[in-house]
Amino acid sequence: MRKYTPKDNVQAKSYYTDRFWVAPRVPRAAIEAGTHFAEVLEAMKAYAKESYIEIGTLVIHIDAKENFEAIKTLKETCGYTQCSEQSAVDYLAQDGEFELFYQFLNVKEAKRVRIVCRIKEGEAIESIVPLFNSANFAEREMFDMFGIKVNNHPFLKRILMPDDWEGHPLLKTYPLHGDEFASWYEVDKIFGKEYRDIIGPENRDPARIDRYDTKRFSRVGYEVPFGEDITEGETEKPVEYSETLLVDYNKKSGKQLDHRK
Amino acid sequence: MQQPNKLTPFFENLNFERDDNTMVINFGPQHPSAHGQLRLVLELDGEQVVKAYPDIGYLHRGIEKMAENMTYNEFLPTTDRLDYIASTANNYAYALAVEKLLGIEAPRRAQVIRTMLLEVNRVISHLFFLATHALDVGAMSVFLYAFREREFGMDLMEDYCGARLTHSAVRIGGVPLDLPEGWVEKMVSWCDKVDYEVKNTYEALLTENRIWRMRLEDVGVISAEDALNWGCTGIMLRGSGIEYDIRKEEPYELYSELDFDVPVSDRCDSYGRYRLYMEEIRQSTRILRQLVSMYKESDPQLMAHAPQYISAPKEEIMTQNYALMQHFVLVTQGMRPPKGEVYVPTESPKGELGFYIKSEGEPYAYRLKCRAPSFFHTGVLQDILVGTYIADVVTIIGSTNIVFGEVDR
Repeated sequence: MRKYTPKDNVQAKSYYTDRFWVAPRVPRAAIEAGTHFAEVLEAMKAYAKESYIEIGTLVIHIDAKENFEAIKTLKETCGYTQCSEQSAVDYLAQDGEFELFYQFLNVKEAKRVRIVCRIKEGEAIESIVPLFNSANFAEREMFDMFGIKVNNHPFLKRILMPDDWEGHPLLKTYPLHGDEFASWYEVDKIFGKEYRDIIGPENRDPARIDRYDTKRFSRVGYEVPFGEDITEGETEKPVEYSETLLVDYNKKSGKQLDHRK
Repeated sequence: MQQPNKLTPFFENLNFERDDNTMVINFGPQHPSAHGQLRLVLELDGEQVVKAYPDIGYLHRGIEKMAENMTYNEFLPTTDRLDYIASTANNYAYALAVEKLLGIEAPRRAQVIRTMLLEVNRVISHLFFLATHALDVGAMSVFLYAFREREFGMDLMEDYCGARLTHSAVRIGGVPLDLPEGWVEKMVSWCDKVDYEVKNTYEALLTENRIWRMRLEDVGVISAEDALNWGCTGIMLRGSGIEYDIRKEEPYELYSELDFDVPVSDRCDSYGRYRLYMEEIRQSTRILRQLVSMYKESDPQLMAHAPQYISAPKEEIMTQNYALMQHFVLVTQGMRPPKGEVYVPTESPKGELGFYIKSEGEPYAYRLKCRAPSFFHTGVLQDILVGTYIADVVTIIGSTNIVFGEVDR
């Protein structure tokens, strides 16, 4: 019987886990009165659902719908003038939710606050670009990597992956080595989907070049007009790939490098 | 006409289709001053930039995805490939984040060695900045002189860890090796050489150079408020008059014990940033000299003692059965940090390099986010390039000191 692998999380997993192992948790400290973090929490108390200090950072959980107002308060009242980082964590398999975090820095106090909120799959989050320009790239990256839509973002577009990419690479359902679309991306884009059968998965080569094709490839060394026939009556000799198994060295080898132009 | 879904090579760098008299040009991704793989789409009115759109992702390797599929120790060499000019800064930032998560601290000697390596890397990175920035602006000879000293710095790294570029010289919980014999003396003489060259070659060639000043002064101006708002860190922030160095403000490793200054410039332009880089090299050599005596006074232990997470020393593994068992589990399954999340900022040569790690108690990180300074410094280009001339674009890109290994990750 084939081994069962859950499809909602295709990340690498430990091959052995002790059934009775309970992972400890990093200690969470309460916020002491009179500290800077207590003042922050006082200003944020209308929004904070849960708050604690974890490894030196104040973590405040808020409602995702109030993220703009909460972060505005944090910036204007508490002096957190830099948004260092913003991204998400995929909890779709467990809770059907994304966990979003915003990391802030107060330059004067040298303190850091992390705002955490959760949104359901398919929900959008409000952009904080009007408050922090650094969120411009960060939110685009989050959209690219997780597919989380950001309302009122000035230019929500993929940033790291190509614009015509399908799928969002940092989702837990996305395999490390890419999916079907990713493996055929170059072939689809350059030759078209119909070439999948002609090229075949074993010869799938992102660097494949049809040397007589002046529509899709430029000539190295000299230019020819778009689409001109440059075969001069020759028929194309297909590039043969070396076969690593069952090579018959007595017969002619598979490679025909001498005969190619 | 060009079809957007085919690779048509004809006039791909120019677009004449617009009705107004602006021209759209592609800067990169193969431009020699694009510092790797930056594609910058510039809309020009005459020679003036009207709109700039940085397009990144040409070096995207999915390092954050790889982190979710590797154990914590496996991932460490991958961090070399982020900011490949100063690999140890990445190794260290990652190792420190994991150590904070585990709640362990490296022993004193490991801390000294790490701080030494970090500062050597900072000098190497700043020399690289100076070389390429000067080359971009047009000062060829500075490139050669700066690379000479950088080579000697990389020789130091090679003497320590065997690699020149991708060091992996730091481990989670300490360092793998003690310094080789004579390394400290070599390092000190290299510091003398660097100080001499900074004063008598680089600054003598550039600081009062008429052309250099004309090309850099009042170019790439970014105000203090904008610098904060756009997420600028490191020299980009200090060049705009905000004194914030993570080594001073949120000290890690030995920086709280070391005596060094944080140079600040309120010029807000490329020239001020260039001066800061020169001054930071001096401060780094100053730190390196102070570390020599600290190294000699420290105990020889190199890795933290936390058998649950970090393998015991070799002697213990070879003599004690339980240490061998723990080592076996750590090698085959990887360490399992406690559940929790951590964000640890460090001052890399480029700015604030931070690692956010979310652990669910598994040997694989549930989520790892690398906060790369260059990523945000690329974002700011769309703001500061507007209104400048096309000849200054190269200066500004050079002055932001972006490295595409960490922009695209």
